[in-house]
Amino acid sequence: MSDEITGTEPGQEVAPSDGDTKALRPGEWPPADVEHHLRRTDTDPKAQARAVRQVATMFMLSAVMVVLFIVAFIAIPRDAVVSIPFIGPISALNSAMGLTFGLAIFLIGAGAVHWAKKLMSNVEVVQERHPMKSTEDETELAADIYEVGKEQSTWAKFPIIRRTMLAAMALVPIPFIVSLRDLWIQPADVGTPSAELRRTIWEPGMRLVTDITYQPIKADEIPTGGLVNAVPENLREVEEDDHNLNARAKAAVIVVRMLPEEIQSQQSPEGTDWGYEGILCFSKICTHVGCPISLYQQRTHLLLCPCHQSTFDLSDSAEVVFGPAYRRMPQLPIEVDDEGYLVAVSDFPEPVGPSFWEISRP
Amino acid sequence: MSTEQISGIEKKGASAATYVDERVHSNSWFSRNLNKVFPDHWSFMLGEIALYSFVVVLLSGVYLTLFYKPSVVEVIYDGPYIPLKGVTISEAYDSALAISFEVRGGLLMRQIHHWSALFFVVAIAVHMFRVFFTGAFRKPRELNWVVGMTLALMALAAGFTGYSLPDDLLSGTGLRIIEGIILAIPVIGTWASFLVFGGEFPGVDIISRLYGIHILLVPGIIVGLITVHLMMVWTQKHTQFPGPGRTDKNVVGYPLMPVYMAKAGGFFFLIFGLITIIAGIVQINPIWIFGPYTPDQVSAGTQPDWYIGWLDGALRLMPNIEWIIFDYTISLNVLIPTVVLPGLIVTAAIIYPWLEAWATGDKREHHVLDRPRNAPTRTALGVMAIVFYVILWVGGGNDIIAVGFDLSINFMIWFLRFALIILPALAFIITKRICLSLQRRDRDKLLHGRETGRILRLPTGEFIEVHAPVNEEERAVLESKPDDKPLPEPPESDSAGVRNPKYKSGRRAAGLSRFLYRDTIEKPTEAEIHHGDEAIEAEDDFEAPLLEREESMHVAHDGSVLAKPAVDAPETTSDNGDGGSEQS
Repeated sequence: MSDEITGTEPGQEVAPSDGDTKALRPGEWPPADVEHHLRRTDTDPKAQARAVRQVATMFMLSAVMVVLFIVAFIAIPRDAVVSIPFIGPISALNSAMGLTFGLAIFLIGAGAVHWAKKLMSNVEVVQERHPMKSTEDETELAADIYEVGKEQSTWAKFPIIRRTMLAAMALVPIPFIVSLRDLWIQPADVGTPSAELRRTIWEPGMRLVTDITYQPIKADEIPTGGLVNAVPENLREVEEDDHNLNARAKAAVIVVRMLPEEIQSQQSPEGTDWGYEGILCFSKICTHVGCPISLYQQRTHLLLCPCHQSTFDLSDSAEVVFGPAYRRMPQLPIEVDDEGYLVAVSDFPEPVGPSFWEISRP
Repeated sequence: MSTEQISGIEKKGASAATYVDERVHSNSWFSRNLNKVFPDHWSFMLGEIALYSFVVVLLSGVYLTLFYKPSVVEVIYDGPYIPLKGVTISEAYDSALAISFEVRGGLLMRQIHHWSALFFVVAIAVHMFRVFFTGAFRKPRELNWVVGMTLALMALAAGFTGYSLPDDLLSGTGLRIIEGIILAIPVIGTWASFLVFGGEFPGVDIISRLYGIHILLVPGIIVGLITVHLMMVWTQKHTQFPGPGRTDKNVVGYPLMPVYMAKAGGFFFLIFGLITIIAGIVQINPIWIFGPYTPDQVSAGTQPDWYIGWLDGALRLMPNIEWIIFDYTISLNVLIPTVVLPGLIVTAAIIYPWLEAWATGDKREHHVLDRPRNAPTRTALGVMAIVFYVILWVGGGNDIIAVGFDLSINFMIWFLRFALIILPALAFIITKRICLSLQRRDRDKLLHGRETGRILRLPTGEFIEVHAPVNEEERAVLESKPDDKPLPEPPESDSAGVRNPKYKSGRRAAGLSRFLYRDTIEKPTEAEIHHGDEAIEAEDDFEAPLLEREESMHVAHDGSVLAKPAVDAPETTSDNGDGGSEQS
């Protein structure tokens, strides 16, 4: 190989091929049988010198950009903001760093490509392909080697070894799969997954409180047509004990108030009221795939999920009127306590959130 | 090169090469590969863009791991972003905010990471279309097509797991939807969800689990598959578009050293630089605006990254069907759009090369690419798939469109449900018609040459248009049209009356073959082309005296005809066919 490197001829002046056949140097492919267009840089020494200057300038500017990057990194405060036309106000530091670093990289690429296009050989050449298929001899030899190996291994001779080994190999991944079982360690006081999904932390007498400030909600504070996002009063302690948002992901509710005569039906048994003077409470977690819903149109009593546009009619048992959800939004039975605050009568009678395999099991 | 022209550095390089070669036989490899020829075409850069953006993703990702904390331990935010001061947030979100506001260059790296990830997926998608529409997946490249498909899926997995890491409101909402999808899986869904999330949603484990998958498992698989992908490209050599001198047995282009080292190497810097500049000035995924994730909040109009949007659209367009069988629930409204549909599409795409090979009965190696028009049914299928995808994607943004154009969301959904069935079929038919029309034009060009727009009136009074022969390059492209014919129906039994055991599968192959290759415009035969060439020459003969006359005159700008000096008249007649002399 080193012979080939040093064996090539010394003349390296730009000699654009003018189509006449000349002996190929080692390592050179024959030119393709297509018209070769001479570039200006091939014919005009001035154009060539200009291209050389351009390439070198790009590489040099790249280095300048690196210096500017460091200047920007040191000099621009983190919270400075600049306004760029069509883009708006953005972080000055970020944009300065992005532009200088980006240009530093880009200019290297631009220089290299310009160099290749203007100055490197642009003669299209031909290389032969070889079929992917190995030659008969190679294939035969491989088969022979296989046969010899098979015989020497006694693979075919002792089927008991073959079968037991295959069985062992098939079983050996099982411990790894089994080990994945404890991706969820079931706490002692927790039921099966499906039991957990049916339960929320709502319980009889639990006050409804606002979802961020945890203020209890008085029935007469909710205007007709109003909507309040609420959670159970004990959520705060549960979250602090558990260090997670699991309880919130199931217990979040919305409270709406409409005129009692506008209520066409509720999820309560015939003749009973799970609301209070037109105040109704529903799960906030969509029964489709679990997005929280709070887009409510008070005039039509429709509740629209922002994720996939399932629409529920809150005045008619929160039945699905449009969209991909199948189950209605579960209603939380509520009443008022002695002080006039809204409280839950019980947990949700129906499971909240997305459907799952066992959800309709009794 | 003679010795005095070898510089000191080159000498050191040569001895280093020798040192390595004596240990790993590397010079032999260089001798075969350093000047490997690659064909030139802009569309061959698409795969390169994917590769280079992936390198950028890796580099920026490593930087981010130095600062990001995959933990949902709650902390009180006390950073420079005023609106969130005092809010309880997860450590993951806190560190993402610190990267964005406190670490100098952190926001830039975050945005480089996100932008390059988008470039990566877009480039993969467009590269895949290029490969599909040009038939580059045909033998011997079927296996690489499968590797590429797997890479595309891994890119989606990388994108989705990364999207979830900042633990902002958007990423949490995405996870919630994933939980809903897992829950919908029959039999094991409930347990699977508890295992994935370490209990109920959202739990405290998911972020650190996704982190491991995002920074180790998925990129590891991607790096491995890219290596295989490139090794196959290297071994099989790159495909080339049809052109003069290009056959299935050669490759016409430029050598790796020096041209492609400079071009492809430079292109990496161009891509990296471009992404960095964009990341510097165009904001992406401003996680601070959305706030921390809590499962009871969502903001309307939030959108997933574009490559997940189509599945979200499918979820929206699916009618609400849920089956309850023996008290067990099967949520078809979730399963069909997010599990069945993508499963079918991916399977169809993966097996397509074998379907086509089966329907052609073709066992040859293909290295010259098809022009999309010359495979009309394949092209139509591809466009159909794109239209299907785009409609689902539009469905994923239907709320934004409905608000933007003041449309009813219910109308949008019903429109898209019908469009999803009608428009792809329409796209199929139209694309095929366009392909066949283009084939017809190609045939005309081969037969009659190029129309020049010059009309001649013959002495007999007849008007003819003068045609010019197509040049060599174009002719080679036009003649590259393959002669695909549908497979014949297999015989039901042989001459001795024995039933053909492969009759049924043969009939199916023939049926598919008819579907793919029935409609085509016959390529003219050699004799027809020859005949056409003669006609063109005859037209030239008619025109020649006129051209000669024209040459002998000089027409000034004001239209006045001046006598032209006779000296330079004769030489130009031959290449005067390109118009420009009509004004006389």
